[in-house]
Amino acid sequence: MRILITNGKAFINNELVQKDILIEDKKIVKIADVIEESADTVIDAEGKVVLPGFVDLHAHLRDPGQNHKEDIVTGTAAAAKGGFTTICAMPNTFPIVDSIATVEYIQRKAADLGKCKVKVIGAMTKGSQGIEISEYATMKEGGIVAVSDDGGCVQNAKIAQNCMKYAYNFGLPVIIHAEDYNLAGTGLVNAGRISSQLGLGGIPGLAEEIIISRDIMLAEDIGVRLHIAHISTAKGIELVRNAKAQGVAITTEVTPHHITMNEDAVYGFDTNTKVKPPLRHEKDRLACIAGLKDGTIDYIATDHAPHSDYEKEKEYDIAPFGINGFETAFASINTFLIKPGVIDLAIIVNAMSDKPAQFLGLNCGKLKEGYLADLNIIDLEGVIEINSETMLSKSINTPYINKSLTGKVEYTICEGRITWQAEQLAISN
Amino acid sequence: MQNEFNFVNRNMFDLDDYSADEILHILESTKAMKEINSRSYKKIPTLRGKTVCTLFFENSTRTLMSFELAAHRLSADVVSFSANTSSLNKGESLQDTVLTLNAMGIDAYIIRHSYPGSPQMVHKYTNKPVLNSGDGRHAHPTQALLDIYSIWEKRGSLDGLKITIVGDIANSRVVRSNLIGMKKLGADVTICAPRTLMPSKMEEIYGCKVEYDLQRALTGADAVMGLRMQLERQRDGLFPSLEEYTNYYSLSKKTLKWAKPDALIMHPGPMNRGIEILPEIADSKHSVILDQVANGVAVRMALLFLILGGQS
Repeated sequence: MRILITNGKAFINNELVQKDILIEDKKIVKIADVIEESADTVIDAEGKVVLPGFVDLHAHLRDPGQNHKEDIVTGTAAAAKGGFTTICAMPNTFPIVDSIATVEYIQRKAADLGKCKVKVIGAMTKGSQGIEISEYATMKEGGIVAVSDDGGCVQNAKIAQNCMKYAYNFGLPVIIHAEDYNLAGTGLVNAGRISSQLGLGGIPGLAEEIIISRDIMLAEDIGVRLHIAHISTAKGIELVRNAKAQGVAITTEVTPHHITMNEDAVYGFDTNTKVKPPLRHEKDRLACIAGLKDGTIDYIATDHAPHSDYEKEKEYDIAPFGINGFETAFASINTFLIKPGVIDLAIIVNAMSDKPAQFLGLNCGKLKEGYLADLNIIDLEGVIEINSETMLSKSINTPYINKSLTGKVEYTICEGRITWQAEQLAISN
Repeated sequence: MQNEFNFVNRNMFDLDDYSADEILHILESTKAMKEINSRSYKKIPTLRGKTVCTLFFENSTRTLMSFELAAHRLSADVVSFSANTSSLNKGESLQDTVLTLNAMGIDAYIIRHSYPGSPQMVHKYTNKPVLNSGDGRHAHPTQALLDIYSIWEKRGSLDGLKITIVGDIANSRVVRSNLIGMKKLGADVTICAPRTLMPSKMEEIYGCKVEYDLQRALTGADAVMGLRMQLERQRDGLFPSLEEYTNYYSLSKKTLKWAKPDALIMHPGPMNRGIEILPEIADSKHSVILDQVANGVAVRMALLFLILGGQS
């Protein structure tokens, strides 16, 4: 099977250059100014950009256990539609991914039915209860790429320390959802203006920053590879920046919603804006963008967190936390940050492909001969409508619902297989 | 009564959607309603044939009665739906409750709910006006209107008056709506609480003054309002004891000396006599606490009249 992509502007060495790309089986075999070889499929990418397939370090596929929200089939299809070729599944399913059986279930189903590659993150503690270490070594044999209690956070510093030691022992990074439960309390939105005005419980930035501080100190002492999930505050970013300067093995990620929206989105009580960490103050949003620019923030990760409409259609206090992210990730960033000139395309693309691919140690994330043919073709000026008809996710819980965004993924190709094609909703294999 | 403003079919989620002139018009209308309430036959036929639904998801006796009385005095029919929030969580959603009631032909909804934003949510499922009767810690606009009216009828205007509100600011929907309304009418509002019970950024949001010291807060006040202090805040670790709270933050003869001699004494009720306010003050000649209750009925009559398009 050979696919030839012609006339597109390919993202190579941080620049968009006119190149043809030839894919054979799973790999990119040739990149040249003009390729005049035959292929089974020829895609004319005139006027489009060809980017490395996006790699998402943080997603919730809800499978097993919450298939009314999403499952591996719909989740990976939505991811492919968003230009993703690899996604990492967080372990907070039912059951929690704390055993090799669940790891294998996810991997097998993704391999059989998925539209992109799925890497599994194992639970840091059994049942993500924050008490007993789960079986890292066994799960690693099953294929996990990191451990995390995402959605929650190990509160006890001694237990967190032991998890890090054990993760170091088996060469696994730890991914931290930084949240001090006492400071976060029953908070719902950013503490400050929005919580004071709307009478909604506040989650202070401190709830996040204190755990980031703690875990930097623990990880520095142990030497474990530390990754801070969905960073959201200026102070938290400063902590990571300083830790990096001290040589701590630390990385962090930011979500598309934390760089394209601030807490003002909560006015009107749209429960699609309810997310952890909460949408923060404008100064925090700007700090996230600055962090991406100076490299303090390494990755963009969606924290794709689908919830069904009837679950979100509730009072703000009782609606679940989470934003649906795959299908709006690149388009929202393109619309609000790249097109207005706030941030360069190259920074975003690297943070969504090459850098996270390196985190996972994968042979993808770059358009390069010999690399896996994981890529997407995007019309940077193409308008997409976000609504219940167009979305492939089972859920539609995004603040961008019923809005249009600019940046249309025309094709996604994963290991040489077309996994998304904009002009037809169903892909025949 | 001329209705030169357009109130018909409008929601009242909070006072921020209403201009100063509109608020003053509500106060003028309230004055007319008070006249009706002073008659021996306290009923006018203006809303005959209209049906008002009270949706109370949180216990309330006085506000519910006040609204029911207001509707009855305008000859509207009233149906009441009450449920506690927890049973609602297990059973029918707010969405389905409203859709069901809407199918029965309700003309206006009055909602009380422990979760902020619930009135806005009710509005999603009906094109009938929704009046917020208290949503969590967020807003309680009709309480603010009756508080404002109670000062306005005694002083003629709020412009330039120093109004001090003391108590559990963090958990008070009353204070948030009052800050919006009183500031719109030109008052100089000070809020006072121990810092553990004071939300952040209140000056920035409302343009009010924030004081943690009662003497500084009360000095020169034209009107003083106490807020209910609940024992459960002590269990939440927000203050050490009611005794200490009373010694440092209660409205008493001793502390009211700092305010103007004729300062109006107010409380939205229900009062904890001896905690946030001492009986010597609650029952003093400058207390307008019972006027507030009476004015509450009149304010709600005025609002229902204006929003449901009553004819005089």
